[in-house]
Amino acid sequence: MMRKQLTLLLVLPALLLGGCEIGTKVTEQQGPNGAAISSVKHKAGMPVVAPVPEPPYPLDAAMLEGARAKEVYQNVQVLGDISADEFNYTMAALTNWVAPADGTVENGGCNYCHNPANMASDELYTKVVARKMLQMTRNINANWTPHFNNNYGQGNENAGVTCWTCHRGKPVPANNWSAALPDPGNIKGNKLGQNTPLKATAYASLPYDSFSSYLAGSENIRVGAKSAYPTDHAASIVNTEKTYGLMMHMSQGLGVNCTFCHNSNNFAKWSDSRTQRVNAWYGIRMVRDINNNYITALGDVWPANRRGPAGDPLKVNCATCHNGINRPMGGAKMLKDYPSLKGAPAATLVAAPAAAAPDTAVPEAAPASPPVAAAEDATKPAA
Amino acid sequence: MVDLVAQPADLELGEDRTMAYQNIFTQVQLRGELEPGVPLGPNNDPRYGPFGFTYLMGKIGGAQIGPVYLGKLGTAALMCGAIAIVIMGMNMFASVNWDPIQFVRQLFWLSLEPPPAKYGLKILPPLAEGGWWLIAGAFLTASILLWWARTYTRARELGMGTHVAWAFASAIWLYLVLGFIRPIAMGSWSEAVPFGIFPHLDWTAAFSIRYGNLFYNPFHALSIAFLYGSALLFAMHGATILAVGRYGGEREIEQITDRGTASERAALFWRWTMGFNATMESIHRWAWWFAVLTTLTGGIGILLTGTVVDNWYLWAVEHHFALEYPATGTVDPSTLPGAPQ
Repeated sequence: MMRKQLTLLLVLPALLLGGCEIGTKVTEQQGPNGAAISSVKHKAGMPVVAPVPEPPYPLDAAMLEGARAKEVYQNVQVLGDISADEFNYTMAALTNWVAPADGTVENGGCNYCHNPANMASDELYTKVVARKMLQMTRNINANWTPHFNNNYGQGNENAGVTCWTCHRGKPVPANNWSAALPDPGNIKGNKLGQNTPLKATAYASLPYDSFSSYLAGSENIRVGAKSAYPTDHAASIVNTEKTYGLMMHMSQGLGVNCTFCHNSNNFAKWSDSRTQRVNAWYGIRMVRDINNNYITALGDVWPANRRGPAGDPLKVNCATCHNGINRPMGGAKMLKDYPSLKGAPAATLVAAPAAAAPDTAVPEAAPASPPVAAAEDATKPAA
Repeated sequence: MVDLVAQPADLELGEDRTMAYQNIFTQVQLRGELEPGVPLGPNNDPRYGPFGFTYLMGKIGGAQIGPVYLGKLGTAALMCGAIAIVIMGMNMFASVNWDPIQFVRQLFWLSLEPPPAKYGLKILPPLAEGGWWLIAGAFLTASILLWWARTYTRARELGMGTHVAWAFASAIWLYLVLGFIRPIAMGSWSEAVPFGIFPHLDWTAAFSIRYGNLFYNPFHALSIAFLYGSALLFAMHGATILAVGRYGGEREIEQITDRGTASERAALFWRWTMGFNATMESIHRWAWWFAVLTTLTGGIGILLTGTVVDNWYLWAVEHHFALEYPATGTVDPSTLPGAPQ
């Protein structure tokens, strides 16, 4: 009897600690004293990195010379102005990133997109998608620089994305989303878009289809009141929960807590927030651009196995690139090895990428560069 | 530790004596004739029981179960409550396609949600869009109010004060503010709380974020102070009485007028440690008011949120109740020229 009770006495506290994460934590203060604005990270998991593949072979200066790709190959619509050598180099890298021939992907290798009998043919849908994705990548790197503004005292050069940032050796990036099925008209099977344990909402009962509203639709998050007293500002609790669901995704997708961007005394207030919140603000608009003007724009090109249950194509959210790390791949600047992915800024716009901003820098000096849907046209040579 | 379940022979001790030993030091459970209680006056319904003794309940309180006075109010309250719970449960069950396994697995996530904002204060929106929530809420409210009336009338019947009923009323005030009074003031049922375990917690978190952080609501602060204060007072009082139980200290009410050594020692203990003591009577007023004020102030705080104050942090800064932190220099990017919207 006594032994039983003693065992119970030892086991019970252990069970109560079961929800805790074991291991040494490192806490870094990131805001004023007393505001609990700090990051908490596992010591064992620092520094946060992810694998970065080497280029397929070195790209030397001589290879940038010579005949242009559009002169050597047919039907080169996006990368026609680079040399044929750089074009082949880029294609080799792209294959490794998206559909490697190492057996991990069914039908991986060149033939994932190309008809080997006629490499110029657009008969495989994957080639049409790949072209759109190249346009997208070049648009992101040229026009969404405010999202990449460096807040860690490093330069902004070569900050941007490659196919690898999202794909990581898979034809479909591991983190994606599609719209939830519409609610049935009755109560059977009707969760009202919430109340389901899902990773997207950090297993809360928050609304889980926030992506449709904020990452494809153009709803604004701004639910918190800007004035102490009631004005005409209206935001329902349900809408607030919906923004909360998106924030849970951001937090999980970037591996950060709320205070990475916000001062929790008043989440809505910009002048109490960290400058990282500005990056996130541009990120949301960048993702909208990606989802609407590139992925959804492909329309019927997408086959059924690249669509969600509601029939819309699989789309991008924060985790697609970030994969749980606030600086994808620990901030590795892959882009330096792939100049053809940098693209040109939208011609009609004054793109003014902000200089590297120190941690508390005022980004007001950096005029926003407003990317537009038409940006792809500027990067696309006439084919 | 030895537990005694007394045999009939032990009952010769007599009732007065044995009751005095029912404390943590001498756990004695007696078995004798069941006590039916005082005779009922006119205009009362019959009671059920007493049913007998249970050893396990005797470990934590009185061992005798019953008599129970159900009456008309109690019956009506239980029926209304059961209807409300069944409506909530069936809605949750339906939401998982009537799958019993998923119903159990997801129970803490499931919910019966109030109507969406587009219906405003409509009395009966479509059942699947908050109609069931309104019906369940109406039955639950009826059940709670009937139960309140029952605590009042039963106390009067026993010749007691109605302190329990008024303390309960304070909790009902907070309940009504959250689900009825504030939604009406805001002009929409959608402002009310969903019925669900995690959903109501998510509602709470979203409510705080929408209204600029409830921690800066002074009535919320008062409510927390009274809540924690209630726990502290309960611990102090419970500990004190247990500590003087060996001198008969649990006979608190008698010791109000006839201070025995238990009362003297308890009072002296607190005068030694903090220079002041509550009395055997006043400590219960302290506890009662702390408990009552927890939900009373909480209800005021909720009622003012969104109706009078839209952002509590900004309100608190304006009233020098909260600190304004030095600006980080971050600027709302949507206000910059040429920014995408």
